[in-house]
Amino acid sequence: MAQKPFENDRENLKAKKFMMWLFLVSSFIYFAGLTSGFIVYTAEDPSRGINTILPDVFKYSTGVIILSSLTMHLAYLAGKKLQFRMQNLYLLITAVLGLFFFVFQFQGWGLLFNRGVVFSGNPNASQSFIYVFIASHLLHIAVGMILLLRAVRLKFSRIDPVRNTFRLEITSIFWHFIDILWIYLYVFLLLNQ
Amino acid sequence: MASTAIQHTLEHSGHSHDDHGHHHETFLTKYVFSQDHKMIAKQFLITGIIMAVIGMLLSILFRIQLGWPDQSFPLLETFLGKWAEGGRIKPDFYLALVTIHGTIMVFFVLTAGLSGTFSNLLIPLQLGARDMASPFVNMLSFWFFFTACVIMMASFFVESGPASAGWTIYPPLSALPQAISGSAAGMTLWLISMVFFIASSLMGALNYISTVLNMRTKGMDMWKMPLTIWAFFLTAILGVLSFPVLVSGVVLLIFDRSFGTSFYLSELVVQGQVLPQQGGSPILFQHLFWFLGHPEVYIVIMPAMGIASEVMATNSRKPIFGYHAMVYSLIGISVLSFIVWGHHMFVTGMNPFLGGVFMITTLIIAVPSAVKTFNWLATIWRGNIRFTPAMLFAIGLVSFFISGGLTGIFLGNAALDIPLHDSYFVVAHFHLVMGSAAICGMLCGVYHWFPKMFGRMMDEKLGYLHFWFTFIGAYLVFFPMHFMGLDGVPRRYYAFTEFEFMKEWLTVNTFVSWAAIIAAIGQIAFLWNFFHSIFYGKKAVQNPWESSTLEWTTPVEHLHGNWPGEIPTVYRWPYDYSKPGHTTDFIPQTTPFSQTMSSNLPHDFEGNPEAERIQIEWQKKQQAEAEQGV
Repeated sequence: MAQKPFENDRENLKAKKFMMWLFLVSSFIYFAGLTSGFIVYTAEDPSRGINTILPDVFKYSTGVIILSSLTMHLAYLAGKKLQFRMQNLYLLITAVLGLFFFVFQFQGWGLLFNRGVVFSGNPNASQSFIYVFIASHLLHIAVGMILLLRAVRLKFSRIDPVRNTFRLEITSIFWHFIDILWIYLYVFLLLNQ
Repeated sequence: MASTAIQHTLEHSGHSHDDHGHHHETFLTKYVFSQDHKMIAKQFLITGIIMAVIGMLLSILFRIQLGWPDQSFPLLETFLGKWAEGGRIKPDFYLALVTIHGTIMVFFVLTAGLSGTFSNLLIPLQLGARDMASPFVNMLSFWFFFTACVIMMASFFVESGPASAGWTIYPPLSALPQAISGSAAGMTLWLISMVFFIASSLMGALNYISTVLNMRTKGMDMWKMPLTIWAFFLTAILGVLSFPVLVSGVVLLIFDRSFGTSFYLSELVVQGQVLPQQGGSPILFQHLFWFLGHPEVYIVIMPAMGIASEVMATNSRKPIFGYHAMVYSLIGISVLSFIVWGHHMFVTGMNPFLGGVFMITTLIIAVPSAVKTFNWLATIWRGNIRFTPAMLFAIGLVSFFISGGLTGIFLGNAALDIPLHDSYFVVAHFHLVMGSAAICGMLCGVYHWFPKMFGRMMDEKLGYLHFWFTFIGAYLVFFPMHFMGLDGVPRRYYAFTEFEFMKEWLTVNTFVSWAAIIAAIGQIAFLWNFFHSIFYGKKAVQNPWESSTLEWTTPVEHLHGNWPGEIPTVYRWPYDYSKPGHTTDFIPQTTPFSQTMSSNLPHDFEGNPEAERIQIEWQKKQQAEAEQGV
């Protein structure tokens, strides 16, 4: 029978993966909206701007998130080779690195706050923007961690390899995106500090 | 043998992916948490209709105030309590009515009700797909929309009243609870509702784009898609690219309202009190808002255009005139829509040079719009027109689009906009070009695809009645507003009795209010027709409009997966109406050229030499036979 099996029509994993890419586009537009808001706002008055040097702790968080992209990729490769134990291990390492990222970002906020670069009640909203960028990005990291944990497999006997790889792909696309997103935001902030 | 296999797989199709057991569809999975795109479309439609009725009633309330500003209507107090003490609507509540009317109509009816209904219904059916890319996300999309509706309506029940800073919610008015009572809890609910709404539209849009790009049936290349699909597809792209920017604007507004930041607030004194916020820029909000806001009006009108194109071609029994030009003009409108947002901000102190740039980009939109208009006119020109209710509404769309679009050329002019800005001229413009035109497109779609949705026909006579009430009513309501605007009457004002120069417009306002009330009563014809026909309408045949597109090849009885057995293959474009040499005046997209030898044209084969050779041979044979016959 030349006919495509019905189930395949409905599964259409490719189309679902494409939706993830589209989501990344819309998410990136959100950040583009914020950063261009920053530019428009800051350009209006010379007294506005970040006016401070970003704490070094953001360098650590950048390192951590790049490293986590690497472990995410290793998890994906392991999953493709059906090494589910390794896959779980790498996923968990990625999630732990994600946690470290959270910690570093909060530390960065603390340092900024102590310098008087505060979020609320700040007449220079360019500085408040730093918090909005990071908070919005951390929200994405939180979603990414949920995806990571969902990709962890507990019962190896019941794994459908196609589905498993699909889930890993979705997770890794998203995780690499938020990695690149952070680099974009960090470079954007560095260029404006 | 083959058919039993198909039957078996069909049964499977009703199940979600993760469970492997057999279960029957319950009421909950079939009608409430349905993942079937056809049911979701109906859910969007009926929710949209309910929201439209609410939005219309709100407009009648403020029309009563505008038409009879000095008169007391005790009935209003009975229903609205403290919002209409002494039978007169209070100024604060008047502003809330205007705000929520605008929000409901733009977002809930003409975005979700229109795109949500027809994208969901038609994308899989006209492209030949079993369902959307992700039926689950699709279901989520509807329930987020529904939640947004509930939250928006809930704001009528908080003590300080619903949001009342206008549907554009400009700060500082919307950011400070002490500025106006509607900016307290009502505004918070508005913002929460909109976050749900945006999430819903994004989920919908991701599904639409992915389905269009990945799940077309065999033979359905992009240039064989009906114009409806092109319109929905480009609309979804606009949504994905513009709604996130509104989110960023709204997020900053939420921080300003609740967390003491000053993105938009600066040097404010409210009721004698100096506010602590310093250094914000209210113009920033306008930039972020209108970067969405302008594409949004095309999100509203483009699906309506697509629907009208399809319905007009079908009911003129002629191919759509300039199919490629129609697609390219939609693409042109989509691209241009992102670089015109500044025309909403000409009077914000914008650099006049920048204003000139925005003016030029805005006026260029007239080109693709005119292309579409002329193509519609050329489509019905000397057509064999069937005046179904859907066709009338499609023609109504063209009429409103022309008369409303012309005033857009006035408003797009940076210099003319100085006197016209925020006047009734603007109200007249967008109610005709976006409001009336898009609602005509939506109603056109409802009348045309009702048989597909419910398997029954709507009553034609009531449809005609509804059309004329709506069409004449809309013109009587909105046309006089042009003249008020030219005279300098500002929009959103509570009463015209306080200003000497506006007093003479009072009689016109009374007239407009009567027209609005009568047009609203005319909608009862539709509501009755719609809900009655769902249950008692005449049973529909499979292809009641003799249309050539794919959705009419599905059985009247709905089934999960749309087609029993194999999805049909597509061989030709969707507009083969009245093709010379063919026996009937339409050829379905599923009919191969080998079955229509008598009507094939050289360009049908897209340069395929083998097909051309077969065609020429057939023609020679026909000729020879004809000569022998003589």
